[in-house]
Amino acid sequence: MVNLATLALSAGSLLATAEEEGHGVELSDGGLLAQYAWLMVVLPFVAALFITLYGKRTPRGGAWIAVGTVGFVLVYGLVLLISHWATPIAHTENINIATIGQFDIEWGVVVDGLSIMMFFVVGAIATASFTYAVSYMEGDIRETAFWASFSLFAGAMLVLVSAANILQMLVGWELVGLASYLLIGHYWEEKENSSAAMKAFLVNKVADVGLIIGVLIPALIVGSFRFHDILGAAVEGNPGLVKYGFVIGLLLFIGAMGKSAQFPFHVWLPDAMAGPTPVSALMHAATMVTAGVYLLGRMFPFYNSVAIDVLPIVMWIGGITMLIAGLLAIVQDDIKRVLAYSTVSQLGYMVAAMGAGAYTAGLFHLFTHAFFKSLLFLGAGSVIHAVHSNNMSDMGGLRKYMPTTFWTFGIGSLALAGFPLLAGFFSKDEVLASLNYASSHGTPSATFVMWIGIVTAFITAFYMARAVFLTFFGEYKGDPAHEPHESPRLMTVPLQALAVGAIVAGYFNVPGIFTPFTDWLSGREFAPGDHHAESFDIFVLVLGSLAGLIGIAIGYSFFFADGESQEARDRRFRLPGPIHTLLVNKYYIDDFYMLIVNFIKRPLANAANWLNGLIDAAVSGTGILMSVLGKFVYEGLDQRGIDASINAIGGGTGEAGGALRYIQTGKVQQYAAVLFIGVLLLAVGFFIVTSR
Amino acid sequence: MTIAQFAILGGLLFSVGVYGVLVRRNAVLVLLSVELMMTAVNINLVAFGRFYDNISGQIFSLFVIAVAAAEVGIGLAIVLLIFRNRSSANVDELDLLRW
Amino acid sequence: MEWFDSGWGLTLIVFIPTVAAAILLAIPRSEEGAAKMIALVASLISFFLSVVAIFQFDFGRADQMQLGTKLEWITSINANYAIGIDGISLPLMVLSTFVVVLAIIYSWDHWPEPHNPKAFLILILFLATGMAGTFVARDLVLFFIFFELVLLPMYFMIGVWGDKQQVTLPIVNRVVEMRLYASIKFFLFTLFGSAFMLLGFLALYFKSGDSQLGIRTFDIEVLSDIATRVDPGFLGSAAPWIFAALFLGFAVKVPMWPLHTWLPDAHTAAPTVGSVLLAAILLKLGTYGFVRISLPILPEQSMNWAPIIAVLAVISIIYGSLACLAQTDMKRLIAFSSVGHMGFVMLGISTMTTIGINAAVIGMVAHGIITGLLFFVAGSMSHRYHTREMSRLGGNLKLMPVMGGILGFTAMASLGLPGLAGFWGEFMALVGAFNPLDGLDLTLFRTAMVIGAIGTVLTAGYLLWMLQKVNLGEPKAEWASVELHDVERTELLAWVPLLVAIVALGVYPKIVLGATDPAVANIVENITRAVGS
Repeated sequence: MVNLATLALSAGSLLATAEEEGHGVELSDGGLLAQYAWLMVVLPFVAALFITLYGKRTPRGGAWIAVGTVGFVLVYGLVLLISHWATPIAHTENINIATIGQFDIEWGVVVDGLSIMMFFVVGAIATASFTYAVSYMEGDIRETAFWASFSLFAGAMLVLVSAANILQMLVGWELVGLASYLLIGHYWEEKENSSAAMKAFLVNKVADVGLIIGVLIPALIVGSFRFHDILGAAVEGNPGLVKYGFVIGLLLFIGAMGKSAQFPFHVWLPDAMAGPTPVSALMHAATMVTAGVYLLGRMFPFYNSVAIDVLPIVMWIGGITMLIAGLLAIVQDDIKRVLAYSTVSQLGYMVAAMGAGAYTAGLFHLFTHAFFKSLLFLGAGSVIHAVHSNNMSDMGGLRKYMPTTFWTFGIGSLALAGFPLLAGFFSKDEVLASLNYASSHGTPSATFVMWIGIVTAFITAFYMARAVFLTFFGEYKGDPAHEPHESPRLMTVPLQALAVGAIVAGYFNVPGIFTPFTDWLSGREFAPGDHHAESFDIFVLVLGSLAGLIGIAIGYSFFFADGESQEARDRRFRLPGPIHTLLVNKYYIDDFYMLIVNFIKRPLANAANWLNGLIDAAVSGTGILMSVLGKFVYEGLDQRGIDASINAIGGGTGEAGGALRYIQTGKVQQYAAVLFIGVLLLAVGFFIVTSR
Repeated sequence: MTIAQFAILGGLLFSVGVYGVLVRRNAVLVLLSVELMMTAVNINLVAFGRFYDNISGQIFSLFVIAVAAAEVGIGLAIVLLIFRNRSSANVDELDLLRW
Repeated sequence: MEWFDSGWGLTLIVFIPTVAAAILLAIPRSEEGAAKMIALVASLISFFLSVVAIFQFDFGRADQMQLGTKLEWITSINANYAIGIDGISLPLMVLSTFVVVLAIIYSWDHWPEPHNPKAFLILILFLATGMAGTFVARDLVLFFIFFELVLLPMYFMIGVWGDKQQVTLPIVNRVVEMRLYASIKFFLFTLFGSAFMLLGFLALYFKSGDSQLGIRTFDIEVLSDIATRVDPGFLGSAAPWIFAALFLGFAVKVPMWPLHTWLPDAHTAAPTVGSVLLAAILLKLGTYGFVRISLPILPEQSMNWAPIIAVLAVISIIYGSLACLAQTDMKRLIAFSSVGHMGFVMLGISTMTTIGINAAVIGMVAHGIITGLLFFVAGSMSHRYHTREMSRLGGNLKLMPVMGGILGFTAMASLGLPGLAGFWGEFMALVGAFNPLDGLDLTLFRTAMVIGAIGTVLTAGYLLWMLQKVNLGEPKAEWASVELHDVERTELLAWVPLLVAIVALGVYPKIVLGATDPAVANIVENITRAVGS
């Protein structure tokens, strides 16, 4: 343990460590445990297939099979994490699935600090959400389909996380997209939902254009898809990678922006809330949307060596995203949408941290966020389950009806708001501190982003306070005939478990005191030598906490006051008209996109179709021209020309015969006479000719 | 004896034959006239064969004699059949080949 | 297995269907059961033998022609009965025999009007011979004959069993039956290309006599040997014209924009099995021709034409996808999607790299099974709904869950979802386009790559749009009283193998690439030598 700590602390300047990466630490191959890690990846697919084929014949649509598999992932991930904690593991298994020229295409499982951390997160959140969903989805119209897709997602996410090569990451990337499509559109009877699913898929697909190109360029330069080779080449300063580093880095980041819902690709995530709530909790809060951050983390040695110019862009995108999404969360009425925008905003934090070169801080925020945000979603699901509405205007006063949900949701909100000593407090502070550090170490503009972060911390605290007070305090505004009640234990137990996570997760990386998380993450090949603070950055800590506390306080003053009438409270908070309009219309970004989509779908597609008609007309025209020509040839040339002359010859012969037949008298002697005369004439002619 | 004498003899015989073919009514006589023309040709063949010192002339005349014999045989048979059918061998009445 | 390796195996694969067709001719029309049985058994034997061919095939020497023979045939023009397979033809040949079996199984009780299974089966069997024959031919004359052999059965299939809907022709406003219009268009279009192709073949034949080899030949390998080793400049100034002639012949079949307009009509009008065979195999004859004939025999011209082909391919991709978005007829949409997908195949070929051509071959196989399945499903759906208008469909997943599920799965495969078959062809074509063969214009090909990548978005767009319109949503009221039965047994029998193949190829592409890679590497090596010298 001690040598690990020293290793982590010994990480000096960014580039210097990049040189000695990985070799400084003793990485074990992890033995059988690491070799069989592929089981985690394959089992969910087996479960998905089994449920698809036989789910209808198993009780509860195969729900418990699905829960069992993710439970297995959790246990396996936990065991891996603990053994990694003891002895850092970095192990890769590859199997070849094709060879093209010099390229090996492989499936592989990488087991190292980064992936083990994600295995654990995916396993933990998935187990909580799956267990929760067993109760939540009971009696759903399509339970089997839900469990098959949900298991498929777990498998796809693990394919992505365990990817030993960049191509496999792309595969996992798109497969989670597919699972997302299936689950967002779970209630596809309504066009709105299927459109949301389509939107999610297509927005991601647009961003994936960047990812696909970003994947193939380094692979072509290095001659391999393996992260090991690409990162190794990057660290060694491969000239091709140096030349294309910026482009590759940017393209990969565009892919990451899509999946991690960064501005301007954030539009799909709020709509994705159309799916069942456990889906939102697992996929659209904790795991799938963090894939972009994970990609940045996986490729971090690359960014740190040859694509260092991309990082400010990454940071700024993160900064912009966290602010605009946070503002949007303020005006939402749908509780899931509040959380969705909050997720976008928090992903902005992670991305900004990555951009500031703080690999550990970014991923630590991913880690803590996974717990409290999935907790919030599941809590919201519990509320929705009870009230049968997504809208906060139908809620209120629920703390009396559903105390467990209230307490757990409250803890989650406080953690998200950065309330001191809860998970979000530590990770958000680290993000802000890393931005502050970057501003004095080569990226001056990080100061601005840090201030954006602090403002966003305030906004976050405010909208979460709004959500909590509107939902759980005041009086119940929903259907009075239908009294809300606490959710069954199968739903509350995961909430409680996650609440524990939302409290303790932050303590895994207390700067200077207890930093196992940092050690986990640096236990990998080409460990990035990022900066991590050895003590708290007091300036940022105070500012960030204050912003959060003030946000809660202002939220309290607007939305609390149990005694007042509900109407009075609702009226008290009013944003200035134009800003409100702008926010309600989501900055008109969606409308702008729809303009483009409609342009493609209507005029452009119709133009293509029209052009097709034109080509077709040309072809048909040629055909028709040919038939006209044929008619002319037949009637004009053939019938009236050639055929007519042939007929004329035939007719003439007939006429001549008719005229001449009278010569044929049948009298032999006449014939003979004619014969002789003829011969005589010939002889005379012959004589004349020859005698000349 | 010159070649001209044989040629004149042949020519005279041929003319007699032509006359017979064109003028005589009796089919038998017409046939005989044809034979006369053949004989004229034979004389020419033999004479010119001798004149050019070429044996082919004489061989050809032998061929002609053989063919003529066959021809007369068939010809007389036809005439005989016509006579039996029509009780006449007058060629003027035989115009079945008319149009 | 001496007899098998010496050419008998391939000969049987190609001609057993013909023999079966001859037997079918002899049995009376009323014996439907016997006819179906004979056709099925024949196609199964043919497929079984092609599986045997996989095992007899020496993958270590996949770059060479194997299991073949060469017998004198028309000695006066030095055309031989030369057959054989290498790593490129093997997967395509297996695909063709495979799809024929499935087509016959599907037909078992899906006879399009006017029924007459005997005649229909005879046509399928003739098609089988033509398709498999094209993939095993090593002689240009033989190739041409098989290539043309597929035309007639398909013509009759569309013309007799096709869609009887009345359509109005553009410009002349004449009303004709769809099937007649489409079949004639298909026939003439293809024949138009083939005529030029034949001219090209003849030119190659005569020119080969003037080369240093000094013998006129139709043998593909010998010609490629002349072009790459013996006498690379043997075509002289005629080379561009010969390439152009071959290009016309193959491009119509592929089809490449703007020679594609026969395809939507033919697909829409054809009976289900006809569409399936057309999409799964017939389109591949064109791309196969490029890989087998154009590239090895005319390497330098291929270089010159590659940018043009790349541009046309990219136009096909974008154009096909856009046209899909404007369709209202489901089958026509799928037909247009073929234009886009074959664009990716052509993009791969135009890069002239190992990766690109491998991408093309796996793309062909993947498109064959995926689009084949899409047409199967579309056919079965229109069989039940009696309409293909997407605006009237909707909620299919609710009315027929299994059918809808298969449609959704296949659409996902078609949009190139990684992990399924369609992904490798698209992705690797893009990889190839980033680094085309040395000497090709980098900027152009990289632009093509970016546009192609954007094309994948449009592809996803129209397929998801189709799914939304057809599969999702509440079913329309008009279907409430209609009895719609879900997937039948024969349908499942025909489709499950394709579903399995889609997953297998996606997870383990070595199934195809293991065979093609050496063969493709050989072609590329020859091209590089010819172009470099």
